Amino acid sequence: MTAAMSPTRTESLSFDRTGMIFPDGTEAVREVSFTVRKGEFVTIVGPSGCGKSTLLRIASGLLEPTSGTVLVDRDRLGYVFQDATLLPWRTVQGNIELLAELHDIPRDERARLANEAIALVGLGGFERHYPKSLSGGMKMRASLARTLTLKPPVFLFDEPFGAVDEITREHLNEETQQLFQREGFAGLFITHSISEAVFMSTRVLVMSARPGRIVAEFDVPFDYPRPPDLRFDPEFARLSGEVSRALRGSHS
Amino acid sequence: MSTDHVKTDDLTDHVADDLGAADGIAGGGASEAVVQASRARARTRTAAETVLPPIVLGIGVVGVWYFISYVLLAPERRFLLRPPHQVLKVGFLDAEVFGEILGGLWSSTKVAMLGLAISIVLGFLIATIMSQAKMVERAIFPFMVVLQAIPILAIVPLISFWWGTGQRSRIVVCVIISLFPIIVNTLFGLQSAERGMHDLFTLHHANRFTRLRKLMFPAAMPAIFAGLRISAGLSVIGAIVGDFFFGRGEVGIGQLLRKYANQLQGEELLAAVIMSSALGVAVFLIFGWIQNLAIGKWHGDRA
Repeated sequence: MTAAMSPTRTESLSFDRTGMIFPDGTEAVREVSFTVRKGEFVTIVGPSGCGKSTLLRIASGLLEPTSGTVLVDRDRLGYVFQDATLLPWRTVQGNIELLAELHDIPRDERARLANEAIALVGLGGFERHYPKSLSGGMKMRASLARTLTLKPPVFLFDEPFGAVDEITREHLNEETQQLFQREGFAGLFITHSISEAVFMSTRVLVMSARPGRIVAEFDVPFDYPRPPDLRFDPEFARLSGEVSRALRGSHS
Repeated sequence: MSTDHVKTDDLTDHVADDLGAADGIAGGGASEAVVQASRARARTRTAAETVLPPIVLGIGVVGVWYFISYVLLAPERRFLLRPPHQVLKVGFLDAEVFGEILGGLWSSTKVAMLGLAISIVLGFLIATIMSQAKMVERAIFPFMVVLQAIPILAIVPLISFWWGTGQRSRIVVCVIISLFPIIVNTLFGLQSAERGMHDLFTLHHANRFTRLRKLMFPAAMPAIFAGLRISAGLSVIGAIVGDFFFGRGEVGIGQLLRKYANQLQGEELLAAVIMSSALGVAVFLIFGWIQNLAIGKWHGDRA
């Protein structure tokens, strides 16, 4: 019944027997406990509707858990949504400066942070464009850059690349993994793509169908930066197979 | 693909040929050139398709008008519908008459714009308050519907009873008639921001005012402009109706319409009617133009 306690300065995120039952009686998640430390990139894979997103909404404070606790510093929490959620009336530059604006960062500093983030995600030259003229992948990059301006110690990703095509998705996976290496945040990524999970993470958690529980955990041993061809490595295939089996087991 | 169009659409193709847009299609070998030419052709066709039908219909209407004036109406009853060139000569080319009409039009325009301005301020205020609390929305909404449902003619005597028959009463009519679309559209617009965007603002601790200014109002702009265009037209109607029924004070187009009708001045009457609707159209176009300036860059399908 408790909410987040913030200023622990652990630069990490920790769930402790977190549970969520919605007012209509749906039990979304049950007894979820795990910790993401600084320098860790944890991915949760699970079937659709298993409460993965609910977990992120709880972590961010958009939802109050009905049992258990979440420990995280919410001052500068990074949250990348399923949709890019760009404001259509702002240019790419304006959108990327938005969060810094909401956090009352002065204009010059805002522009500097935005330019840095734009360069990081490779959107240089598109600063004056409006979202409607961007492709799905570019919108997602803009959304990532917007979050990067805050230099968040904890980064939550709610299936951000689900709507883009396979090739763009792989590119974005490589870039996200580079960003993680460079920025060193604590990352929690939600997806239902096993290859995406194994490729980017230091650890993969498998969640069961509703009510969502963590049913398996895998450490991913590969070093960063991870080359694109890692996806064809036998060890990568073996690990993906194990995650897949755990996922299938969770369905029954 | 373009050849299909050529076969199926004779009329517009002739038009395109006449305008020279189709030059070089037959001989052009490079596919790029063909694509470009067919694009040019498509543009021409669109232009021809948009402009031609109303022109043809307009000519037809003038023809029917002449037919009624000269064939259907006996000479002694021709005052009921004067032929178009008479209307043009007396109503538009006679400086004194046309000056009078323009003067009335200007007076009514001032009333309409003043009324619209008041409606905008009031409408934004009411819609903003309604957007901030469901309870307030529920409380106000039925009364807005009642206000909207009052036939304006039914309330005119009451208005003149309270505010007299001058400019002020005409403005009140304009406000009553144009307020509802502004409130409804602004409220709808304020509620149109996506949930994900609200979540984003919630996550970053935006207060009510910031949320309103940076999220809800910008998101509402397309709907606000839709409401403005409706209300601007209604406000013009309100100004004319008010002037027509109060019939005193500064002479607006409504009083002129009444005067011309009473004195059987058919040409002047028709000219005044045409100019009133021209005012309505002008207002509609001007607000469309402002809308395009304000939100055209990000809203709509033009990339």
